[in-house]
Amino acid sequence: MNSNATATPTGQTPASVTPWSRQHLLDLQSLAPEDLTLILDTARSFKAINERSIKRVPPLRGKTVINLFVEPSTRTRISFELAALRLSADVINFSAEASSLKKGETLRDTVRNLEALNADVIILRHGASGAPHYLARFARSHIINAGDGAHEHPTQGLLDAFTIREHKGRIEGLKVTILGDILFSRVARSNIWALLKLGAHVTLCGPPTLVPRVFERFGCRVTWNLEEALRDADVVNLLRVQHERQRVTLFPSLGEYTALFGLNQARMKWVKPDALIMHPGPINRGVEIEGDIADGNQSVILEQVTNGLAVRMAVLFLVNGGRVADAK
Amino acid sequence: MTGVILDPATLGRTLTRLAHEIAERNGTCTDLVLVGIQRRGVTLAERLGPLLAGMVGHPIGVGCIDVTMHRDDLDWRSLPELRPTALPGDITGKTVVLVDDVLFHGRTIRAALDALHDLGRPLRVQLAVLIDRGHRELPIRADYVGKNIPTSIHQRINVRLTEDGGTDTVTLEEPG
Repeated sequence: MNSNATATPTGQTPASVTPWSRQHLLDLQSLAPEDLTLILDTARSFKAINERSIKRVPPLRGKTVINLFVEPSTRTRISFELAALRLSADVINFSAEASSLKKGETLRDTVRNLEALNADVIILRHGASGAPHYLARFARSHIINAGDGAHEHPTQGLLDAFTIREHKGRIEGLKVTILGDILFSRVARSNIWALLKLGAHVTLCGPPTLVPRVFERFGCRVTWNLEEALRDADVVNLLRVQHERQRVTLFPSLGEYTALFGLNQARMKWVKPDALIMHPGPINRGVEIEGDIADGNQSVILEQVTNGLAVRMAVLFLVNGGRVADAK
Repeated sequence: MTGVILDPATLGRTLTRLAHEIAERNGTCTDLVLVGIQRRGVTLAERLGPLLAGMVGHPIGVGCIDVTMHRDDLDWRSLPELRPTALPGDITGKTVVLVDDVLFHGRTIRAALDALHDLGRPLRVQLAVLIDRGHRELPIRADYVGKNIPTSIHQRINVRLTEDGGTDTVTLEEPG
């Protein structure tokens, strides 16, 4: 392929594509629409690799990727680990329970130690919003945010956008409803940024205590009326109720949540027959979604998992190529 | 020398000759697969397959391989355009004939050898190219060459095939 190219290297960027230039992936809020599109297009290419019988390619050979998960996570960690392995990187998993963070070491010192071992990429999951941004102030490696507090979960927002685009062919002009615990959800925030930047109309719905009107300032529609939120949606993205993040109880009980906002067969009648049903997982069957809807033909929940791998491969690939010029 | 190097009739005869040479070298061609390198090598392999099958009297497996991720000039910051890799079964123990349109620096073939190695251990690998334009940067040579074209490094070889919506032609052009 391209063997007839003249002096230009064959891997050179086509004129229409803006090359990736960032050292880190910290959030989606600060990305331009072109950055988002580049990641999604790259992920589409990588998805094909995961469908091959031999699922490993060499671009990150010799690179060291560290999964630094200060807050527990299984699915995101596994997805990032597999993504790095499929690109031939060496992967170290580092969890807070078994680390020096337990012995009083600061996050900054932990990261400086990892960098002293010449880590190339640090994937950070942290309970504090802004933790990856803090690391980016001094990091020489590439930082990828795998979820920080209630702030952002960029790769989840990207994989949701990827899944929507794959099914609907576009994102611009689509009506997307995000339903559930918006206030404590980093998934919601990353989704909101990605979808708004790519031209979708975003509606947020859930109990008023978890879906405050302040989100209208993002450019979203806020409604507490479930039927109104579901009726014209092209995509319904359900969020898990994050009991663990709530310091005070903001709604009476899970049972009441299910009664008022759970997606059941009766409420599915309000949903367009070609609307996608999405959920970032782990799903609580019978709480925010009835089991047979999660398994139904409008559900793309497992495709989201598959696409997450491709999106994380794309992010690792592009971030590795990002310049480290602004390192301090 | 610029202009048309191969017209449709000559290109067709060239492919027939390449198929004959592959048959001549490999006898009955049992356990032989043609693997086209994305993109135009795939089209050429798909044409060579039936030609060769007609000569040896049995079907010839044709596969395709994408070498983008194995390139040594891969640009991490840009969109890699990946195309399918699909082989007709296990290549271990088989004779693989790699097919590409233009042999130039040899770096694509180097990448293809690495990509093949990831997929199995062929008994032997041979290389068939439509055009060899010289300027090798690696110790790689073709076993079957449609036409040798001496070029200057800045000239372009353009291979157009009917499958891509043109007519079969190979032209040599000065840089525009």
